[in-house]
Amino acid sequence: MNFNNTPDAKRPLVQMEGIDKSFPGVRALRNARLRLYPGQVLGLVGENGAGKTTLIKTLSGAHMPDAGTITIDGVQPHIRTPLDAQRAGVAVIYQEFNLVPTLTARENIFLGREKAKCSFVSRRAERRQVQRLFADIGVSIDPEALCRDLSVAQQQVVEIAKAISISARIVVMDEPSACLTPQEVKRLFAIIRDLKKQGIGVIYISHRLEEIFKIADSVTVMRDGEHVTTRPVGEITSAELIEMMVGRRLENEFPKAKTPVGPERLVVKKLCRGRAVRDVSFSVRRGEVLGVTGLVSAGRTEVARLIFGADVPDSGSIELDARPLYIRSPRDAIANSICLLTEDRKAQGLVAGLSAHENFALPNLSHWSRNSFINPKKERSAFARYVNSLNIKLADQQQLAGNLSGGNQQKLVLAKWLESNSEVVIFDEPTRGIDVGSKYEIYLLINELAAAGKAVIMISSEFDEVLGMSDRIIVMHDGRISGEITDVAAATQEQIMALAIA
Amino acid sequence: MSILRSNSRMSRFLADYGILGVLLLLCLYYSVRTLKQQHPTGEAAAEILARKISRSFESSAKVVIAAKTGRENLAFADTLNELLEKAGFKIVRSIKGDPLSIRNAFGNLADSGLRADTIATTRDYVNVVRNIKAKFPALAEVTISTPDGYLWPTFLLRANLLNISNQIAVIAIVAVGMTMVIVTGGIDLSVGSLVAFSAVVAAWLIRRTGGANASGIAMAGSCAAAIILCAVIGTFSGAMVTRFRIAPFIVTLAVMQMARGLAYLIAKGKPIYQIPDSFLWLGRGAEPFFSIPYAVILMAIIYISAHIMMSHTTLGRYIYAVGGNIEAARLSGVRVNAILLLVYTVIGALAGVGGIVMASQLKSGAPTFGNMYELYIIAAAVVGGASLKGGEGKIFGTLIGAFIIAVINNGMNLTNVESYTQKVVLGLVILGAVLLDTIKKRR
Repeated sequence: MNFNNTPDAKRPLVQMEGIDKSFPGVRALRNARLRLYPGQVLGLVGENGAGKTTLIKTLSGAHMPDAGTITIDGVQPHIRTPLDAQRAGVAVIYQEFNLVPTLTARENIFLGREKAKCSFVSRRAERRQVQRLFADIGVSIDPEALCRDLSVAQQQVVEIAKAISISARIVVMDEPSACLTPQEVKRLFAIIRDLKKQGIGVIYISHRLEEIFKIADSVTVMRDGEHVTTRPVGEITSAELIEMMVGRRLENEFPKAKTPVGPERLVVKKLCRGRAVRDVSFSVRRGEVLGVTGLVSAGRTEVARLIFGADVPDSGSIELDARPLYIRSPRDAIANSICLLTEDRKAQGLVAGLSAHENFALPNLSHWSRNSFINPKKERSAFARYVNSLNIKLADQQQLAGNLSGGNQQKLVLAKWLESNSEVVIFDEPTRGIDVGSKYEIYLLINELAAAGKAVIMISSEFDEVLGMSDRIIVMHDGRISGEITDVAAATQEQIMALAIA
Repeated sequence: MSILRSNSRMSRFLADYGILGVLLLLCLYYSVRTLKQQHPTGEAAAEILARKISRSFESSAKVVIAAKTGRENLAFADTLNELLEKAGFKIVRSIKGDPLSIRNAFGNLADSGLRADTIATTRDYVNVVRNIKAKFPALAEVTISTPDGYLWPTFLLRANLLNISNQIAVIAIVAVGMTMVIVTGGIDLSVGSLVAFSAVVAAWLIRRTGGANASGIAMAGSCAAAIILCAVIGTFSGAMVTRFRIAPFIVTLAVMQMARGLAYLIAKGKPIYQIPDSFLWLGRGAEPFFSIPYAVILMAIIYISAHIMMSHTTLGRYIYAVGGNIEAARLSGVRVNAILLLVYTVIGALAGVGGIVMASQLKSGAPTFGNMYELYIIAAAVVGGASLKGGEGKIFGTLIGAFIIAVINNGMNLTNVESYTQKVVLGLVILGAVLLDTIKKRR
């Protein structure tokens, strides 16, 4: 195996060898290794739970490895804390943000290394640098906006800007593009190429393989905590990569099944809420998967939240099977057989401190309780059915939801709403941050729901996913529906993009 | 597999109730520290002596019982009489009275020529009896039997344990509500004041409805009114928290001031004593079979129902979910505002109950009651494993926490630790217990 690709015969910037790491009950890493050269972009791929994030955390000082050596630029620094790693030149952008929501973007970027004279922060100098950073990335974010007021995508940009501003020699990006629009991804790639030119090594973790092929020089595949292979991207195909990641062959990325479409079930008329949702009307038919796409903050999630009662609309009406619904809370929506799988599982989908089965049971307790006394046996056996059918990987039912991997968390949320047996199922970014294998299983489930005659709404930023899985697509822009695509088979990503920015 | 499972169940139990170990260690420590010769009285003494006599004499032996007057001593004499007769002994005489009547009875006995083998008496009467017996040469052969003492920790005496339970009852009862509030991610600082408010309202109403001659129905009605009023105040706090999104800390801080002030206003600054003796039933009475105080029984009932509610009902599940992630709970169809309103109402009502128990224990209602109780109550919940971040906490953990506080107080009283030192130690133990829990969770 040839590790010495791109800048040949150079000393590796990072060399990790024989890294072992165990957590109670799990061996997260065994004999894992990784090599990164100056000016190289290394793609790091693998299913969720393959150990990518854990490996990165041993590099960033978040975890201490049980065994193995980490060499950075020829020396073996003692990395015990994230600060040690930062000093050694490692900057990591995690999947989960490390931003203080009540501080501004600028304050977050300079947190811990404020530009100050005699403890007095020089806001102007900081603001100037932040504006330059944002300009480089090509986004317009107010440096003085509170992070909690920023969208998910904007927060990610702040994270990236923060890492770049540390002027690290090694930049690790864990799913950086998950929440970015295609333009933003393009800008991100431009920045990564800039970093490359400066001799900075970039480790790029992503589930989006096409990005790996676009930006990475080499790719390292991990599976079950072990190193599988490292190859230049030119010497490997996407199919081979997937095969190595999952350890088996996947036929088709989007296994769309055609279901005969019936009469209209959910009808949304003239839904409005402030500037976020303006005059949105559409319908979903029986057995139909309606794809809803657009750029970030186009109002897609907001529409879903209105239908689900998470927010209350200013005006507009919702009908299910020609029956008008009065929805003022999620409780009303659930009672009317509507469910929403939120995009942010951690903040909205799951109670991290409750066990998996308790999360599963939350909206469904009435199914197995009498006079409000829960029958634990029925609850467990109901959940066990889903654990089996959805192939949820759990130590046991008592495992805390917060300790599950992204894919398993999403399956747990899925199980929870499948049990509720809703007639309208709204998916918001159902495959964000989820590994290839789990993605496929979720697509199959979407098919099943449609085949069972449900009305399915699938909100997604990934145009290929929308194209691959929907029967009909609506595109949103700035709170309005900017276009509808009925002939999905003939549609292209460019066509969607044109509607999205219209 | 079954071993593995029971193992994980065991470790889960330890994780949930690991603080139990701290309590047991404290009990062990104070047991050792207070180990000394115990001399029981009354019926217990009679039982010990009966056993001793059965061992040292044949069952045909003739026994004279001599006891001082007084409730305990009479109980001793009667119980001993009964037990020995049951064992086949012949009771020649059972003398209950002052030294003079003992002397007369002994004289009578010596004159009658009735033979006796032993005179049974209590420990504190033995010298008197021995001196009197020495005056009658006819009784020279007769031995004197007294109950033996035994080595046992004062701390572990049944009476002391019941005392601990009775003393902590008020705090423990309110701590049930505090656990629920803390599990939802809130806090309630008003409970100490509500205890006083409830006691004062109940006492005031009893005074109005007949004072020392108030009827049982009047007392029950007064207590119910006080509890309902406290529950309403709790609902008010809950409404402020849910409707106006004011931090629970602030809301209940304000309510704490108001409730305490109202208690002073209603009582006009003075304790209210005009309460019938029968009102002591709850605070000082005990059930007849095992003489467990009614207050402790009430506490046990509240704990068991709260535990069932929190771990086996949908409501309990929702309370944990609201505390764990209020948004996820809401999006799962949980009526989060109703849940929050409910837990603040429950803690208000339980503070009301606590006030009634306290009024009954002290046979009065004073606006000074329950001072600083909110802190002890929060400490009990937190020591018991409740997390102020919400989502975590067990009802029985809180009971253990309350008992840790009670045991430390009681143990330090038994070992004559100064009350100022007690505060320092109590603070350290609270900190230590929480620290232990945190370290254990981090690993």
